[in-house]
Amino acid sequence: MEWKIDDRYPIWSQLSEQLAAFITGGQFEAGQRLPSVREFAADAGVNPNTMQRAMAELESLGLVVTNRTAGRAVTEDRDRIDQIRRTQVKKEVDIFLERMEALGFTRDEIMGVLREAITEEEDG
Amino acid sequence: MDKEIMRFDKVTKRFGSKTALNDIDISIERGRIVGLLGPNGSGKTTFIKLANGLLHPDSGTIHIDDRLPGPETRAVVSYLPDRMYFADWMKVKDLAGMFEDFYSDFSRQKARDMMDKLGIDEKDRIKNMSKGTKEKLQLILVMSREAKLYLLDEPIGGVDPAARDFILKTIITNYSPESTVIISTHLIADVEKVLDEVVLLKEGQIIRRENVDRLREEEGRSVDQLFREMFAQG
Repeated sequence: MEWKIDDRYPIWSQLSEQLAAFITGGQFEAGQRLPSVREFAADAGVNPNTMQRAMAELESLGLVVTNRTAGRAVTEDRDRIDQIRRTQVKKEVDIFLERMEALGFTRDEIMGVLREAITEEEDG
Repeated sequence: MDKEIMRFDKVTKRFGSKTALNDIDISIERGRIVGLLGPNGSGKTTFIKLANGLLHPDSGTIHIDDRLPGPETRAVVSYLPDRMYFADWMKVKDLAGMFEDFYSDFSRQKARDMMDKLGIDEKDRIKNMSKGTKEKLQLILVMSREAKLYLLDEPIGGVDPAARDFILKTIITNYSPESTVIISTHLIADVEKVLDEVVLLKEGQIIRRENVDRLREEEGRSVDQLFREMFAQG
C-alpha cells in the first residue's frame, strides 16, 4: 500500500486518514478482514503503537470493528462507509475552495475552471 | 511485572579526563521504541555499552529488568554493536550456531526465514558479503532473539534506502509488545516514524526527552526539526 507521512501532523492522525481512505476508496471492502496492526505497521514503516492508535480512531469512527475471534475487519455498515466518504470529499473540497479563493477566484470562475479541467480530462 | 525495563540513577562515566556521560537519570518503560539521538561524541555508544554491562559506571547505578547489569541481564538484552564483530572466515551457519549456543531465546527458524527473504544462504561466507548484507545479517541475528531489551547502536549506518526500509521493517516485525527497543542514530529523519519517543544527548547529558506524537501535536514539529534546532552549528 502507498503511505504518505509528512512532518507537520501527528503520525497517527495521518495514518488513520489514509486507512479510512483505503476503506472508503474500496481497497478494503465492507466486511473484509484486515491485516494485523503489526503487519500494517511494517508495511507503512511506522511504530506499531502509532498504528494501534490509528486503528482505535477508525474503530471510534465506526469504520472498523473488532471481532474477538476473527480480529479486525471493515464494518458491514455500508451507510457508515458512505457517510465517511462524503465527509472526506467535503473536507477536500473545502480545502480546494479555500485555496482558490486565496488566489482571488470567484465561485463562478472556480466552476468554470473545474468544468474545463474535467472536459479536458474526458477528451484526453 | 514492573513497567520499567531500564533505569539509570545518577550515572557518570569518564574516560581519563573526558566525561562521556555526566549524571544521567532516566527510566524507560517496556513496550517502547526509543530513539537515542545526538551528534557523534555525545555519549550514545557509551550509554548503550553501560546498559549492556560492557562498561561500568564510575558512579551511579543501572538497573535492567530490575537487576544490576551482569550475566542475568545479558540473557535478556540483545545488542547490536556499532561495528561488525564477526570473523571473516565464518560461514552464516557458524554464526547462527554461535547465537544458538549463546542465547536460549534465539530462534534459528526466525533467522532463516528472514535470510531467505534476502537470499542469504547458510553456506555463504561472511567475507564474500557486501558491507550492507553483513549489516543486515547482523541485525537479523540480533532481532531473532526474544529479548526484553534490544540495544541497537547505529543500525542504519551507511546503508541505502532499500536496506534502511528492510532494517526498520525487521525491527518493527520482530520486537514484541512487551519488549523495548533502543535505537541510537544520528539519522533522525529516517527513523522518526518508528519511534515512540526520543532522548537527545549532547556532550554527555540528556538535554531533552520527547514523545514523538506529542511534539507534532502540540508544537507542530517533527523530531528532525527539533534536532536541527538543538544542534544547529554556530
